[in-house]
Amino acid sequence: MLDVRNATISYGACEVLQEISFSLEPGCVVVLLGANGAGKTTLIKALNGTLPLSSGEVTLDGKRLADISRREIAENIAVVAQENETRFPVTVLEFVLSGRFVHGNAFGWESDADIEFAKKALADCDLSGFETRLMNHLSGGERQRVVLARALATGAKILLLDEPTANLDLAHQAMMFRLVRERCSQSNYSAIVITHDLNLAAEFADEIIMLHRGRIAAAGPPEKVLTADNVQDVFGVKVLLDENPASRKLRVTAIY
Amino acid sequence: MNRKAIIIGLALLAALAAAIILAVLLGAERLPIFDLNEQQASILFDIRLPRILLGACVGASLAVAGAGLQSLLRNPLAEPYLLGVSNGAALGTMLAFVFFQSLEITRPLLAFAGAGLATVAVYRMAKSRAGMNVERLILSGVIVTTFLSSVIVMLTTLLDAAKLRSFTFWLLGDLSQATRNGVYLSLGAVIVGTIVLMSQARALNLMMVGERDAFDFGVEVGRVRMLVFGAASLVVGAAVAASGSVGYVGLIVPHLVRLSVGSDNRLVVPCSAIAGAIFVVFADTIARTAIAPRELPVGAVTALIGAPMFIYLLRRN
Repeated sequence: MLDVRNATISYGACEVLQEISFSLEPGCVVVLLGANGAGKTTLIKALNGTLPLSSGEVTLDGKRLADISRREIAENIAVVAQENETRFPVTVLEFVLSGRFVHGNAFGWESDADIEFAKKALADCDLSGFETRLMNHLSGGERQRVVLARALATGAKILLLDEPTANLDLAHQAMMFRLVRERCSQSNYSAIVITHDLNLAAEFADEIIMLHRGRIAAAGPPEKVLTADNVQDVFGVKVLLDENPASRKLRVTAIY
Repeated sequence: MNRKAIIIGLALLAALAAAIILAVLLGAERLPIFDLNEQQASILFDIRLPRILLGACVGASLAVAGAGLQSLLRNPLAEPYLLGVSNGAALGTMLAFVFFQSLEITRPLLAFAGAGLATVAVYRMAKSRAGMNVERLILSGVIVTTFLSSVIVMLTTLLDAAKLRSFTFWLLGDLSQATRNGVYLSLGAVIVGTIVLMSQARALNLMMVGERDAFDFGVEVGRVRMLVFGAASLVVGAAVAASGSVGYVGLIVPHLVRLSVGSDNRLVVPCSAIAGAIFVVFADTIARTAIAPRELPVGAVTALIGAPMFIYLLRRN
């Protein structure tokens, strides 16, 4: 379990994150919403120890992140960030297998079990048959799915996803969220997802945290957080709220 | 490890053996395979073999340094010569030669120090808050290389005419001063450096994609950086102290190796060592024999071969 208590990150006089507190339980999908510059990516980076806190603490199963080795953090927490251009000829399977880094030693090679793990992750991301293709021959959306596969291949039970659907078409946006939802519901994973899509958040989140200028503006189940007032305050946009007739979940429509 | 990589590795070893045998037989004095007389044996064991083995060590050193730096810095153009590392080592060697002439051990030591300082300088100049991009790294390398070249040129004014000629030849890459001690030192450095780089190969596979990716997946990025820079400085320092600045090896060889075995550094590093050895042994054989009894600097031959190869690689990708 990941616990955040009064986490604050400041650069000089500028406070990027201010006294953030919440818990990530096993089986839970938490969606982070907020305008650009609200501190969402900064929070994700603090949750896996990439950025040190100015005050407060993040604990993993009761242990402070600052007291845990890099390797142990990576065994438990996997990050899905924006895909990067690869400047070298790396195959999809090599890329995904690199996610098994913490499971091997310095001079070792991946076992058959590691390779099976990686292939299953690729299959879950609708990438079967892509193993020998080169990363820089894929589209942006395909690369983004490979990045997710790499995170799944680590075996880590806590997933931090930073705008994982940014380059994906409609079908694969739904696929990605559905996959994360299933892992959390069926295999006791937990996930924090940053997205700008309020409807995907409403469909798949157990809890939504809305950040505004580094602070938590609202937190709770979608129906409590996604109100017209909250969306207006945080995004400056008027919205219409009703019920999606197919899923019976909240539906948010922006009024332009 | 796949079967194709094993076959390529064995083929490279066979090619290295062939290159060494050919280099032994060719030269201003052609040597027979068997029944060497006293003079021929002296040429072989005291002059030619140390030179060939030094060439192999220098080639292996520069190629593994290039492979490690390219992966660490996510930059296909990173190599010891372009990044100023070779010039740093050359300046260190020159300072040892000018100020500590009688103490031979100071040459590799100061070469290693010079290579290390140049590496740190380029890295610090290239890094910004936004990260490190290709252009910034190359620009930093060019600045450091040209600055160090100027200092080297100024120092050459302290040398007399005979030493100046000899030093200028050395600067362009010269294996003719090879000694057994030089070979042992260079061999030791390349073995240690290659083992260190092999130990970081899995981490480098992640670093190659991005530092943040590597950090997120459990790599102690700072430690890997220090080890790779240290290993690269060690092997380049030893190579340059023994043979001067031999360019293009660290740039071309890792790319050619990747075309054959892929980008996994567990294969790229050892295969680059063998391929780099073949390249420099081959280039030095040409340097010794093309205008015999006179010689070309081996660095000039590697540049003559390397530059067209680089153009070919650029056009291909």
